[in-house]
Amino acid sequence: MASNGIKDQVAIVGMACTQFGEHWDRDASDMLIEAATDAYKSAGVEPNDVDAYWLGTFASGVSGLVFSEALKTPYKPVTRLENMCATGSEAIRNAAYAVASGAYDLVMAVGVEKLKDGGYSGLVVPTPAGDGTESSMTAPAMFSLLVPAYCKKYGVDESQLKDVLSRIAWKNHVAGAKNPKAQFRKEVPMDTICKSPRVAGMFGVFDCSGVADGAAAAILCRAEDAHKYTDRPIYLKAFSIAAGPNEGFISGDYDFTTFQEVVVSAQDAYKQAGITNPREQISMAEVHDCFTATELVLMEDMGFSERGEGWRDVLEGRFDGDGAQPINPDGGLKSFGHPIGASGLRMMYEMWLQLRGEAGPRQIANPKLGLTHNLGGQPGRCVSFVSIVGNELG
Amino acid sequence: MSGILRYGSYIPYFRLDRQTAGIGRGERAIASYDEDSVSMAVEAGRQALGDAAVDTLMFATTSPPYAEKLNAAAISAALDLPAQTRSLELGGNSRMGLAGLLLASELGHAKRTTLVCASDVVVGAPGGARERDGGDAAVAFVTGPDDQAIARLLGSASTTAEVLDVWRLPGDPFARQWEERFGIEILGPVSVDTAKRALVNAGVEPASLAKVVLDATNRRDVADIPRALGLKSEQLADPLVDNLGRTGAAHAGLLLAQVLDTAKPGDRVLVLSTADGCDALVFEVTDRIASGRPARSVAHWLASRRTDLPYNNYLKWRGILPFEPPRRPDPTRPAAPVMKRHERWKYAFHGSRCAQCNQGYLPPQRVCVKCGAVDKMKEEPFADQPCRITTFTLDHLAYSLQPPVISTVVDFGCGGRMACELADADPKDVGIGDQLEMTFRRFYTGEGVHNYFWKARPVR
Repeated sequence: MASNGIKDQVAIVGMACTQFGEHWDRDASDMLIEAATDAYKSAGVEPNDVDAYWLGTFASGVSGLVFSEALKTPYKPVTRLENMCATGSEAIRNAAYAVASGAYDLVMAVGVEKLKDGGYSGLVVPTPAGDGTESSMTAPAMFSLLVPAYCKKYGVDESQLKDVLSRIAWKNHVAGAKNPKAQFRKEVPMDTICKSPRVAGMFGVFDCSGVADGAAAAILCRAEDAHKYTDRPIYLKAFSIAAGPNEGFISGDYDFTTFQEVVVSAQDAYKQAGITNPREQISMAEVHDCFTATELVLMEDMGFSERGEGWRDVLEGRFDGDGAQPINPDGGLKSFGHPIGASGLRMMYEMWLQLRGEAGPRQIANPKLGLTHNLGGQPGRCVSFVSIVGNELG
Repeated sequence: MSGILRYGSYIPYFRLDRQTAGIGRGERAIASYDEDSVSMAVEAGRQALGDAAVDTLMFATTSPPYAEKLNAAAISAALDLPAQTRSLELGGNSRMGLAGLLLASELGHAKRTTLVCASDVVVGAPGGARERDGGDAAVAFVTGPDDQAIARLLGSASTTAEVLDVWRLPGDPFARQWEERFGIEILGPVSVDTAKRALVNAGVEPASLAKVVLDATNRRDVADIPRALGLKSEQLADPLVDNLGRTGAAHAGLLLAQVLDTAKPGDRVLVLSTADGCDALVFEVTDRIASGRPARSVAHWLASRRTDLPYNNYLKWRGILPFEPPRRPDPTRPAAPVMKRHERWKYAFHGSRCAQCNQGYLPPQRVCVKCGAVDKMKEEPFADQPCRITTFTLDHLAYSLQPPVISTVVDFGCGGRMACELADADPKDVGIGDQLEMTFRRFYTGEGVHNYFWKARPVR
């Protein structure tokens, strides 16, 4: 038994992403129509050419009908799936595996989320009937547990770490300012970030990602067929997902400075892709910066920084858009916004642009391999997804 | 003969400073936003029970969380009493706490061992005497046969009076009262007469009483008793007017608990409560008194307090003052079948422990994450186990009547971890490593269903 992966077997040949933001004037179906139609165009195919669909949505509808009724696809297979904040990534993973199996020639992975119609602050998670004993912690509170734990473990002063976190937010807003599709397209001064009103623990409003509406879509085919559709396909090198057993809230030795699920999924992906030194070999990454501290810990969990050194790399600008290893060049969840079901595909959309040299003012020089990372849950109990993609075979 | 075997008290952490609220002097105890008569009864019951076994549970309150549905059943479940326990509930007026103690003491003749919990949240209309003079607290007694008693019931007397003195219609938030002087006119003589008959029944002279506890909906109803019985002022128990308030159905018992906290063997105590009549009981403290005292005295609870709560917050907690809700969904009601399946977790706070590798689990699990064993778990009670803060955060976004919510991850000394809300704490005093204990609380009421579960609180 092994996690063999599907390295270089499947390619992405078309992608699209809507603007993310507060779309008071659009239904989820409107965003699906935009993303899917643009993706068909991007790949140069007709809707009827696509054999099957994987729709990721966290809570903006149930079943494949959400898509088939919006696009009027004629009795095609549509699978709706959900894996918390990794939902969009799960859609493309399943779609890719279906192509690799030989079951279909051409498929679409599409993700959508309509969060802004609820009228609430932050994310609301639909839960099954319960006994009323479940923790009522909100997402920022869960992730804010990383901060004191990190400070304590690595001897970093809390005010110093606040600067590190603010710099992550600042960096992602700088990137978002260069992205016409991002929810927040303005740079934000460090001082404003530092002084933003507290939401949970050391997190201020600016330590949290944007709650947004949006959709994104990808069209995939077997790698050998890719040039039928585009002369610049991107190739899937690795997909990994890890769902934890909630060990963080069981084991007395879990210390809230790491996501074991991320470590496991990253290692698995590196093995599939043949990567031995992610800090040097990965040109760029889109990671799940739901909160600033999450991004910091991810740098260490994915091997981009040594343990306890991530904060120094942040301060030294290693992960800036013009740094040695740009992280979230499109602005990340922080400024691009986080419509759950669409986010994983939005990350892939940035890889699509960057690896094809189409990222405009935020284009990274000669990227070869990119990584996307999605995380759903909280420190100690989550699902983590890692993909690696590249613009060359081999 | 029969009597009291053990007892315990509970006074919530918060006080309303009457001066700050503009309603008088001194302070009154107030249940936190996550407490009610049931949750406080559980706390007093835990203090009283120790390792005692009881076969009957009696709950008295004028502020039942459910008008229909046995509140005592939640208390029984939280106290982990056996399902075979007989339970009954008394209400209707504030005398029922003491009436319950009388009945339970007498049940000792029938060799029954009873836990009597009396608990009240006394809410008055803003600015009124009931708001000012009321208090919130709970008391519990274990009663049973004479041979184990710490206080023997020597005698008693009762009177029932049909009188429109204090009343409240179902659904009304506040009680009403007829002109005070009328109630005094009727209930004053009733109180004196009942006290005298109880002493005759007990064969005790007033002068030989070590302490006299006098309680009434209106203090002046019992003001004639000292003169009528020829009592000296040092015989009168402190009614805790200035630092607690009158705690409804709990009050007579709570004052008795305060007396028992310092009583000597041989002390005789008259305890009397007047409301729509009167019950009077005479006890004699035995030489077993030290063995039946709880870990925490009434004086301990009185000293453990926080007085800086703004009056506005208190009014919000009681639902008197509307307030801007957070932009978050209202809490949803817990589901009856899930609560039933998880009853021993939700109420008795039983987790589990892997018999193969000793890993502890809260909530209980079937599969061990450490060794992979399936269905090798043993159920384990955690309610009385100490724990410490492993890490914590302040959640300004979560729905709460006292934001920010202090969310902690706690580790139990015996092994076991859980995410847990902190009660009765000031965010600025919370630190990693703080010692905590568990406390039974009403988390919220959603869609007409009260949601009870456990929080942690600092050990004080």
